[in-house]
Amino acid sequence: MSNIRLEKVTKRFKDITALNDISLSIKDGEFFVLLGPTGAGKTTTLRVIAGLERQDAGSVIFDDTPVDKLMPAERDTAFVFQQYSLYPNMSVYDNLAFPLRSPMRQTPEPEIRTRVTEAAEKLRITHLLQRKTAKLSGGEMQRVSIGRAIVRKPRIFLMDEPLSNLDAKLRESLRVELKHLQKTQNSTTLFVTHDQIEALTMADRIAVLDDGEILQVGTPHDIYDRPATTVVAQLVGTPRINLLDAHIEDGALRVKNSTVQMPLPNGNTMPETLLLGIRPEDIRLGQGGEFAGKVILTEPLGVETIVHIRAGEQIFLSSVPGTAPYGVDTDIHFDVARDRLHFFRPDGVRALS
Amino acid sequence: MATIHLNQVEKKFGDQFAVKPLDMTIHDGEFIVLLGPSGCGKTTTLRMISGLEAVTSGQILFGERDVTWLHPSERDIAFVFQFFALYSHLTARENIAFPLQAQGESRDMVKKRVNEVAKMLNIEHVLNSRPGSLSGGDQQRVALARALVRRPAAFLMDEPLGALDAEFRDTMRAEIKRLHIDQHATTVYVTHDQIEAMAMGDRIVVMSNAVVQQAATPTDVYHNPANIFVARFIGSPGMNLIPARYQGGVLYFDGGSVYTVPDDWKSTLAADLGSDGRVIVGFRPEAAQVSSEGQLVAKTYANDLHGGYTMLHLELDKDQIVHIRTNRETSYNIGDLVHFDVNPTMVRFFHPETEMALTKRDNRS
Amino acid sequence: MATQSAPPPSRTPVNYSTRVDKVGWRPQAGSIVRTIVAVIIAFIMLLPVIWMGMTAFKSLPDAVSVPPKVFFTPTLEGFVNLFTQRRQLSDAEMEAYRARDDLNWAQDIVLERQQTIIGRSQFAQQLTNSVIIAGSSTILSVVFGVLAAYAFSRFNIPGKDDLLFFILSQRMLPAVVVTVPIFLMYKQIGLYDTHLGMILLYTSFNLSFSVWLLKGFIDEIPKEYEEAALVDGYTRLQAFRKIVLPQAVTGIAATTVFSAIFSWNEYAFALMLTQERARTAPPSIPLILGTGGIEWSTIAAGSMAFLIPVVIVTFALRKHLLRGVTFGAIRKG
Repeated sequence: MSNIRLEKVTKRFKDITALNDISLSIKDGEFFVLLGPTGAGKTTTLRVIAGLERQDAGSVIFDDTPVDKLMPAERDTAFVFQQYSLYPNMSVYDNLAFPLRSPMRQTPEPEIRTRVTEAAEKLRITHLLQRKTAKLSGGEMQRVSIGRAIVRKPRIFLMDEPLSNLDAKLRESLRVELKHLQKTQNSTTLFVTHDQIEALTMADRIAVLDDGEILQVGTPHDIYDRPATTVVAQLVGTPRINLLDAHIEDGALRVKNSTVQMPLPNGNTMPETLLLGIRPEDIRLGQGGEFAGKVILTEPLGVETIVHIRAGEQIFLSSVPGTAPYGVDTDIHFDVARDRLHFFRPDGVRALS
Repeated sequence: MATIHLNQVEKKFGDQFAVKPLDMTIHDGEFIVLLGPSGCGKTTTLRMISGLEAVTSGQILFGERDVTWLHPSERDIAFVFQFFALYSHLTARENIAFPLQAQGESRDMVKKRVNEVAKMLNIEHVLNSRPGSLSGGDQQRVALARALVRRPAAFLMDEPLGALDAEFRDTMRAEIKRLHIDQHATTVYVTHDQIEAMAMGDRIVVMSNAVVQQAATPTDVYHNPANIFVARFIGSPGMNLIPARYQGGVLYFDGGSVYTVPDDWKSTLAADLGSDGRVIVGFRPEAAQVSSEGQLVAKTYANDLHGGYTMLHLELDKDQIVHIRTNRETSYNIGDLVHFDVNPTMVRFFHPETEMALTKRDNRS
Repeated sequence: MATQSAPPPSRTPVNYSTRVDKVGWRPQAGSIVRTIVAVIIAFIMLLPVIWMGMTAFKSLPDAVSVPPKVFFTPTLEGFVNLFTQRRQLSDAEMEAYRARDDLNWAQDIVLERQQTIIGRSQFAQQLTNSVIIAGSSTILSVVFGVLAAYAFSRFNIPGKDDLLFFILSQRMLPAVVVTVPIFLMYKQIGLYDTHLGMILLYTSFNLSFSVWLLKGFIDEIPKEYEEAALVDGYTRLQAFRKIVLPQAVTGIAATTVFSAIFSWNEYAFALMLTQERARTAPPSIPLILGTGGIEWSTIAAGSMAFLIPVVIVTFALRKHLLRGVTFGAIRKG
């Protein structure tokens, strides 16, 4: 296993800049997640590291040695694709053995057998070894894909949204399994996804990527509690963070188009107009609440209920544990947890306070 | 609008059942969700209601009308597809107008209705664009508008949010639900995502392997699942289902934990249990709390931050993982032993062989 | 951005679906009627070929009888005349021949017309030339075509779009236009009337079509398959051989058939650029006309003999062809 570094890497496709001068550092044994919306440049980053794309500027470094001149085969990385990663004409066993049978490696057959059975056991697909891949379910296929990466014991695992094509339930169980696997194997992994739950639950550290630029790097706690920009704040957390236009007036913070206002928090380094971020779990409903509004929608999810409230012309989303006894069009009062507010400048960057 | 009745509707491919004989009533104005994993029969059922799939047996009624053998165009329904199915060479406006024009409506009427639905769905500004240049969310809004413009008897939606990015999905989910509250149109909605089902449905029909497992309100399906499949499928993650042996007022778990049972439970557990007093104990992650006095103990398998809370995964025994929802600050190392307790009113029991839920019994036999 | 952001979730096996309006006796009766009409139309279209086949087995008088004979005694006279050179016998020689009993079946047949066989005709040789030239040029154009198509599909070649258009436009060139220049060129460098010359020529003409067709097929094969192999330690050539080729079999089969048909039927170049050594069948079949009266059975036999190899090749590859012709169908949503 290795530590990987990207130094000032830029990649352009015709007139689109997919990656703009990005630098990243992934530690040995770390589960590092690259999170961002579609088109952010996450897959391009993986491909540059694997050697499937050549960058226009900057360097890729494995363990302090630049690998820019090496072919994909020589870099010793394992790639798990989102789909189309299994060879349809071969059995599961042959798919798992394929990397080891490459002329470059020339592993003897008995060793191939041991390594393949070992990987199959870890991923609980031993009973599928003789089946043709075309006859597998989506979850089983992804397990085999991951198995193909594991047999090789590479320096780093590069995973490109491997769970995105699976049913919600399958995704949940594979997530936990993958994380446990990674922790027990101590394998350096770079995992790409647009699903923030995957990022939060699996990562040791997360890098948020948007439009070819890195917005923030940090632990899941960092990203969730102290998002550096409004894009990051909106990307993590379900339901999405409430992001409201606000301004300072008469020493108080006023939310636009609404009756919600509160005294200025400590420290006066607040811009005149700003964006106020409040996470739904930090809006508490109750009779004694400070602010008033009307319920326009409830979404009961069982474990919690998402209540959509209109206060003035603004809509606030609040997340309430369990069932909420509010019907549509009821009047309601709510409070805001003052110590858990997020303040952003109008350009989207976090305002330090 | 219409009440939809399915009487013993069945679909077979050769010898295999895609949908086993099914009775269902969808009330006028109801938003009903067909929920289940891939291949469970939910999409086939929807397609039979629409006429895109012929039944092999049974009857479908819209109100008083027997529509079983009517062509889809004669049933007065609108279908919304997962991959939008928009005509890429027409503008959004032309796409939306298409069904009305096919029906032969006047140009003025068409124009009026198109503008009406565009306003409802906030897509007035994209009306003159082609679908190819629109985002996924906007494309699905156009598809919805196209369905809405006809004011049909029922809306049938086949995983309409499946192709959208996570953030669009949440927004569109709320929009569709708000639309339903405004329009109150009979809607049959198919999805594999139980969060969507819970958030949107007036009732949820949970299906698996061609059979309906339970048809009830979200609350019922969540708190009183009819069997193990529903218990596991609903909720993210699903209900913890732990095998145990019940004897003399005590539950013995694999892995060594022992739990003295409160009186409330005794009547339920007096029912027929599996051989040797075996029973499956079910409780949701939020029903358990970490507690140093807890009777149950397990080893930490993983724990992860979900944003506002942490999910703790404990290994009670080999291959038996328990998920517990705790506050964000909690963090344990792999291998740490953790004691926990469960909220007695939130525990459910299931028969280990039939997999059905055990219900509370009266003391009279 | 793209019209969809996520591909469909896991596959569900569906045997077959029936729409409401396709169930019951009416749609089935409809499809029977459609089938009958299709058979009738097919029969009408095949009539010339059927007639030609029948004529090949008719005797010379039967072939020209008016009204045309549908029922007749089959004979191999046409084929014998096709493959042999004969001369007329005088009446005296006829008597001598009639008395002999060591004549083989072919000699018996020609004896009926008062002829005897003096040697082989050139047709067998010409047919063989066709096989050699068409076969070699097909193989070459498919092999080079698949390699070029792969390169065009996977690599960023400068001026790729222009090159592809240039290649495609060659197909639009009528062969006749370049016949004279090539004739002069070949005469100069000594490739006139040689097998090699014809093979080279046919290969270059077929190549444009093969590259274009094969590129379409290879574009359909997701490149993630090869990339996975590259990352795993295979060279691009190995990945090409082990992964792309097996999946491109359908396309290769379709291209082979189309190239073979073009080369086999080619007339203009064959006429102008060959004479004796390398002459192929197409220019010589019409010459069967006009050697002492029109021998329709012989011409029909010649056409049949010419038809058979192509039918065999197409029949052998028929399974691959059906998929190949409908490639590029809408990706399932």
